[in-house]
Amino acid sequence: MPVIQVFNLCKTFVVPEREAGLRAALGGLVRRKTRQVKAVDGITFEVAPGEIVGFLGPNGAGKTTTLKMLSGLLYPTAGEMSVLGYIPTRREKSFLRQIALVMGQRNQLVWDIPALDSFELFRAIYHIPDADFRRARDEFIGLMEMRDIVHKPVRNLSLGERMKAEIAAALLHRPQVFFLDEPTIGLDVTMQRRIRAFIGEYNRRYGTTVLLTSHYMADVVALCRRVIVIHHGKILFDGDLSRLIERFSAYKTIVVTLDDGSVDLSAYGDVVSKDTTRVTLRVAKADTSRVTARLLADLPITDLTVEDPPIEEVIARVFAQERVE
Amino acid sequence: MKALLDIYWTDFKNALAVMFQYRVRQLFWLLGMIAEPVIYLVVWTTVARARGSEVGGYTAGEFAAYYIAWTLVRHMNIALTPYAFEDRIRRGRLSAELLRQLHPLHLDLAWFLGMKVVTFALWLPIAALLALIFHPTLNPELWQVVGFLIALVTAFIMRFVILWALGLATFWITRVSALFELFFTAELLLSGRLVPLSLLPGWAQQIANLLPFRWVFGFQIELLLGRLTPQEMVIGFAAQVFWFLFGLGMVHLLWRAGLRRYSAVGA
Repeated sequence: MPVIQVFNLCKTFVVPEREAGLRAALGGLVRRKTRQVKAVDGITFEVAPGEIVGFLGPNGAGKTTTLKMLSGLLYPTAGEMSVLGYIPTRREKSFLRQIALVMGQRNQLVWDIPALDSFELFRAIYHIPDADFRRARDEFIGLMEMRDIVHKPVRNLSLGERMKAEIAAALLHRPQVFFLDEPTIGLDVTMQRRIRAFIGEYNRRYGTTVLLTSHYMADVVALCRRVIVIHHGKILFDGDLSRLIERFSAYKTIVVTLDDGSVDLSAYGDVVSKDTTRVTLRVAKADTSRVTARLLADLPITDLTVEDPPIEEVIARVFAQERVE
Repeated sequence: MKALLDIYWTDFKNALAVMFQYRVRQLFWLLGMIAEPVIYLVVWTTVARARGSEVGGYTAGEFAAYYIAWTLVRHMNIALTPYAFEDRIRRGRLSAELLRQLHPLHLDLAWFLGMKVVTFALWLPIAALLALIFHPTLNPELWQVVGFLIALVTAFIMRFVILWALGLATFWITRVSALFELFFTAELLLSGRLVPLSLLPGWAQQIANLLPFRWVFGFQIELLLGRLTPQEMVIGFAAQVFWFLFGLGMVHLLWRAGLRRYSAVGA
């Protein structure tokens, strides 16, 4: 049975609107203008237990709004949803005990005291037995290498250190569903990798269902087999990441290694880059095997690889097509 | 209940830890808070002396007692302001709190109770210094002291709940500061904070009796100064209970309705 079920979910925000200038401001005193913005527009999907699903989309696509509805923070305008069999908007205690949401831009730790003290507060709030609490806390401290971090006041931590502590705090009560909204935003590559590794490891160990939004495709590629692409509040694609690439990549990249890289290969495809021995070509997907065969037949090639285009470009193409799956 | 006490105790300790961390800030904050009653005290004792003996039934010594007790009452009834509540909603901090299986009111209450311990400890030497300078006239009976101490706590809890309910207006009005200003101005005038209520005209005193402000401020000072009968003390506590229940009811109603609206602002 799916852990998350969403059917035709919609969220419309009413946004005040007026023209620039004093006259419009005075007019606004008498008559307010508002506009309805459909942040989420009839999305339907399910998530199975233990899955890690990547929620992709540009800013304003409706990703965060969906996560907030699923975690009970926002009331949907229409549609149905259930998480672990609960209706999130009812905010039942037993529901809240089984979920966690971490938002990269928000913090829930007490700013002026060490994270360890906030962890204690979470222990009390979620009624975590002492032994379980210590086990979880020490496990996270070990996995994310936070021994020094947890003793410093949160305000003195770097962004990455704080995110580690935020994630640890959110998981102390061992939620079954973990929502992550841009968990690696603003972090350096090493820290992104470490947080990614932790999320993957945590999912493997405990079978926690994870729904993750990120602007960094590396997060998605590393963690999510399945992606849901959302744009203008609608789902454009829902399925395996590999199928997304297969379906939406219009071309492939052929990297050729030659003894002499100065040879002109423009007759075989678009030359993307070139150095002393390596040439990178871009060719239409349908022509890949024909071009590869020609290259091997015509030239003294020492190595040749065929690669998919970067995921960012594939996603951009999905958005451009706005094709609903 | 045990679980709730555990939460209160843990949050209480965290509040203490934060307060201890900013010792200098606490001291300056406290000194700033003392400035207001000292000004009132100097003005009214001067007026009392100029009039020969007393103003509105208060001698210079009684004014000193009033405003020294005032400093403690003021500290003890500090609660989460609606401004802080507005900030919490606008910046979206409420989201993190809503994810927990605990009403955020509990953590706020425990936090402020923790703060009181520190401010009370800091208040003691300041009160002693003020007493040395202004020579208060204060001879309370035991029941009045006990009543005063209980009323300090009950007034804080009552004010805390009312301010929380007021803060919830932010769910409906994004910039709600003007409403808060109105509330605090009324409180300043009708609570006994600016002047003892007996110095106000009769009609103003009657209005004050009907509103919550007197019962969070002037009531317990008048009790300590021996100006209330046991019956009047009971009426004061009953008024506190009434306003506490009123505030709690408003929090309950507005909270449920407000959460449905929590979206346009800062979620």
